[in-house]
Amino acid sequence: MRRQKILQNIQIENNMDLVKARQSIRTIALDLNYGIVDQTKLITAVSELTRNVLLYAGKGEIIIELIETSTKKGLRITVTDKGPGIPDVDLAITEGFSTSKGLGKGLSGTKKLMDDFSIQTEVGKGTEVVIIKWTDSDKL
Amino acid sequence: MSQKIPIIKIKEDLIVSFLSDIDDIAALKLQSGLLQRIHEGKITGVLIDLTVLDMVDSFLGRLISNIARSSAIMDVKTVVVGIQPAVAITLVELGLKLEGTSLALNVEDGIALLNELKKSKYDFEI
Repeated sequence: MRRQKILQNIQIENNMDLVKARQSIRTIALDLNYGIVDQTKLITAVSELTRNVLLYAGKGEIIIELIETSTKKGLRITVTDKGPGIPDVDLAITEGFSTSKGLGKGLSGTKKLMDDFSIQTEVGKGTEVVIIKWTDSDKL
Repeated sequence: MSQKIPIIKIKEDLIVSFLSDIDDIAALKLQSGLLQRIHEGKITGVLIDLTVLDMVDSFLGRLISNIARSSAIMDVKTVVVGIQPAVAITLVELGLKLEGTSLALNVEDGIALLNELKKSKYDFEI
């Protein structure tokens, strides 16, 4: 990674923070000239991950970073919580798996919408999901 | 605090226009409010306008599908209109199907579709 810069740090505490998180990533994606489809995918991914935090951990944090390698630029979004963790991660990212009111598309769907997806979780400690979406824009 | 989404009644139809990004609690209130209005009577169609939404995630997708399927049980047809191209692509990639809904491009086409659907009864898979 040649360069990285934190653009925004969002605390997730209640239902309204979901709208706030979507608004933040919407504004940032627009500023960075992501195409409309990638903007929508970013907003949707952030929405899914934020809701997971609210549903399972109650509260958590989102860090949105601008990252740059020698060849490409993008956004790295890290969503962390100190919730119960996920006992079976492989199952959790399986399409159709759900323990809540969703469609079981939360994690599996987020993974499909992004260029990179990684998850680290420990039962009783919490969960960290990192997603990356690269941009083709020259205007970063 | 959560936003309120107006439900407008025109003849026998209820029209719901999402005016901005809404939180989950407001969305759930909308669902129960809409079904209550249907239960109160004389409603045969629901039109959900998503024109302003730049995102439909799995929660909202499921909610819209639930509204349509619950309405169908009460013999009310639901048409969803105004899905933006980028939202459509994202929905497909997420694998969300908006089951139970019929779709039209805009409000005008949506009303026409609702009127067509009302002519045929019991054609919904619930």
